[in-house]
Amino acid sequence: MTDIMPPGLALKKVDERIMTLNVGPQHPGSGHMRIVVQIDGDYIVACDPDPGYVHRGEEKMAEYRNYITNVPHLERPVIHDSCNVLYPYVLGAEEILGIEVPERAKYVRVICSELNRCIYTMYWLAIYGIFLGHSTMFMWPAGDRELLIDLMEKVSGARVTHAHFIPGGVRNDLPANFEDVCLRQVNYFEKRIKEYAAVFYDNPILISRTRDTGVLTRENAIRYGTTGSVLRASGVDYDLRVKAPYDVYEELDVHTNVLKEGDSYARSKVPWLDMMESCNIIRQALQKMPKSGSVRTKLKPNPKTKGPATVYKRVESGRGSLGCYIVSDGKTEPYRVKMSVPSFRNLLAMPNLLIGEKLGNMPSVYWSLNYWPVEADR
Amino acid sequence: MSAIAPKFKLSEFIKSLLDNAFWTVLLASLIGLPAIQVVLFYIEMPVINGELLTPFLALTWLADPTRSLPILKAFMATDMFRVMVFPGFGFAALIAAGTIFIERKMLAKLQLRVGPFYCGKIEGILQLMGDGLKLISKEIIIPAKADKPIFWAAPVIFVATAAAFVALIPVAPGWVVADVDLGLLAVFAVIGFFPIVTILSAWSANSKFPFIGGIRALFQMVSFEIPLILSLLGVVILTGTLNLSEIAASQTNFPWIVFLPVGAIVFFITMLAELERIPFDLPEAESEIVAGWLTEFSGMMYGLVQLGTYLKLYAFAGLFVVLFLGGWNGPMVVPPFPEELLTGVQVGPLTVGPFPGLPLFDQEMLNGTLWFVLKTVGVIFFILLPRGVFPRIRIDMLLSLGWTKLIGLAFVNIFIALGLLYAGVLGPGGLQ
Repeated sequence: MTDIMPPGLALKKVDERIMTLNVGPQHPGSGHMRIVVQIDGDYIVACDPDPGYVHRGEEKMAEYRNYITNVPHLERPVIHDSCNVLYPYVLGAEEILGIEVPERAKYVRVICSELNRCIYTMYWLAIYGIFLGHSTMFMWPAGDRELLIDLMEKVSGARVTHAHFIPGGVRNDLPANFEDVCLRQVNYFEKRIKEYAAVFYDNPILISRTRDTGVLTRENAIRYGTTGSVLRASGVDYDLRVKAPYDVYEELDVHTNVLKEGDSYARSKVPWLDMMESCNIIRQALQKMPKSGSVRTKLKPNPKTKGPATVYKRVESGRGSLGCYIVSDGKTEPYRVKMSVPSFRNLLAMPNLLIGEKLGNMPSVYWSLNYWPVEADR
Repeated sequence: MSAIAPKFKLSEFIKSLLDNAFWTVLLASLIGLPAIQVVLFYIEMPVINGELLTPFLALTWLADPTRSLPILKAFMATDMFRVMVFPGFGFAALIAAGTIFIERKMLAKLQLRVGPFYCGKIEGILQLMGDGLKLISKEIIIPAKADKPIFWAAPVIFVATAAAFVALIPVAPGWVVADVDLGLLAVFAVIGFFPIVTILSAWSANSKFPFIGGIRALFQMVSFEIPLILSLLGVVILTGTLNLSEIAASQTNFPWIVFLPVGAIVFFITMLAELERIPFDLPEAESEIVAGWLTEFSGMMYGLVQLGTYLKLYAFAGLFVVLFLGGWNGPMVVPPFPEELLTGVQVGPLTVGPFPGLPLFDQEMLNGTLWFVLKTVGVIFFILLPRGVFPRIRIDMLLSLGWTKLIGLAFVNIFIALGLLYAGVLGPGGLQ
């Protein structure tokens, strides 16, 4: 019986000292997933992350819809980062359909993408705060996030599920007076997140709790295939916006934040620094954006492809490099859409980081990996 | 507003009120009046002060302060009043309820929220009552493999222990439930009981997360009891008594925190740990072990544990006030009792009084209570404040803090006290 059971459910004979804890899926310290943790006293001796609780078959669903109708459901894995999740698919679909994107649309995409990165990171930070028992750090980011959500609502009409990027550009032009409002809110937002240092990042208890816990060395970070903020916190200068710029990122001055420690503290700090960098990028993009012009190349409702093709595009999302591999067999629907998600890669590093740690470090190490369960399951 | 009663109609509301009034009158006249008649017919009523006691006369006396005040005063002299109402459970529960409300509002303001807002119209003042009603009306779920008698008893024992702690705290001169000579020792004994209750409830739940939480609570409370006891020894050395009322009375001129700040700081930190407040709320760390030893409690069992927790918080704050902040001592701010009320006051055409039963409380007691409550609320504020500022710390950091730093500081405090004593600056009688 035990042979055919999935690994998480198999009953194993273990030592009397070892206690097996099912952290999740119904647990305040797990996302929509389960982590089977075995502890000896206060030390974790084995850790088996068990994703798949919220698998929705997005990739299979994409095979039954054409290139336009795929847009609203492919953003569902990370609704807080919906623009960035759609970005690689949209880039790939444009190449398959053979359409050009207007210059202004590219800038609008960059602005929306950076706004969404901040929205996602604020949500992530709020949960990181409450995982460490810091309730103020839960409420502040959750409240300040509203500033940017309001901006995105002005742009797209929806608070979280924007479905704003479509093959050929963006759905709508920016509303009137958007540049001023955006600049004002983003400046205030930047001022506000700098205040987080006083209450959270410079907090001695936080530092003593997360310093030197779950250390991911530079070699291991590369070997496990981690990406995004996790990789950059381990001292690897890797940001797709700089290394492989897409759309108009090569015309913008993007600074990569790299920390060398590779511990939970560094991993929690890099996204916060990235948010300030996002504010810089938004300001630059607002300045360089063409003031008028088309934002969308018109397409037919059921656009035809040029013929069989494969394309792989990747972007830097809030969690790391997010790739989308599209195979077209010449029909109006894609033959296969495969997403290479950063969450799943970062999760692969988790068992190695958690073994040998104390149980009290589990939430901080787990959530500092910038892991979004729904995206890993997709 | 519309969400509260979506199908509200004023006419139906008035109709329901009239219905209720009708049935009340009907039942009272059909059952209540015959019952009174039967009682009057068969039972011989006593004669008091030359008057036959009738139900009418008894009701008149209730409304007459000259009659009811002496009864009230006699009741207030009983132990029952002290245990249930004033320095005991009722008073403490009132402060505990206020603490919960203030905590929620203050934390909300700190985090740029509004906190409880709708219940009770004015700033959500009735939120606590709503929460209590919800907890009472919820189903109590007991784990199938739990040790049921102990699991049922644990919340009750927890509240009882907290109430026993409250009973030892003197609020005003002479106003304490249990004025024992070894009061501080009794406090240590009661504090030593909390880990037992915690581990009993955690063990009897027979579940993994409560078990880990209970073990953590045991670690935390036992290892912080030692610096707690050591930090209070300084006060005992200087006052030469263990009686809490005498310790409070010895601080008429200056509170002990002036001479023993180290002890006060150590006691405050250990107090946070004993109370399982953030940053020491490891036994209830929700991201690691759900709710710790409270995980399996539901409904009013959880409510009882919360009540006990906040009673304990009040008692610890009161203990800090009594030991370090001078207890009830403070400048006299309460005005003296107006003596005219005893003879009667002419207010316009009316004569108010005389009220022979007054005053119910003397001036000293009111003043003492006022200062005690003010200081206690101040201490409670500082206990609540770290929750908005600090994250939770880890169990190994907590234990190393308790066993190395706090015990060392407590000994430093004892040496300061001994130095003050042998240098002749201070003695058992106060400043020499």
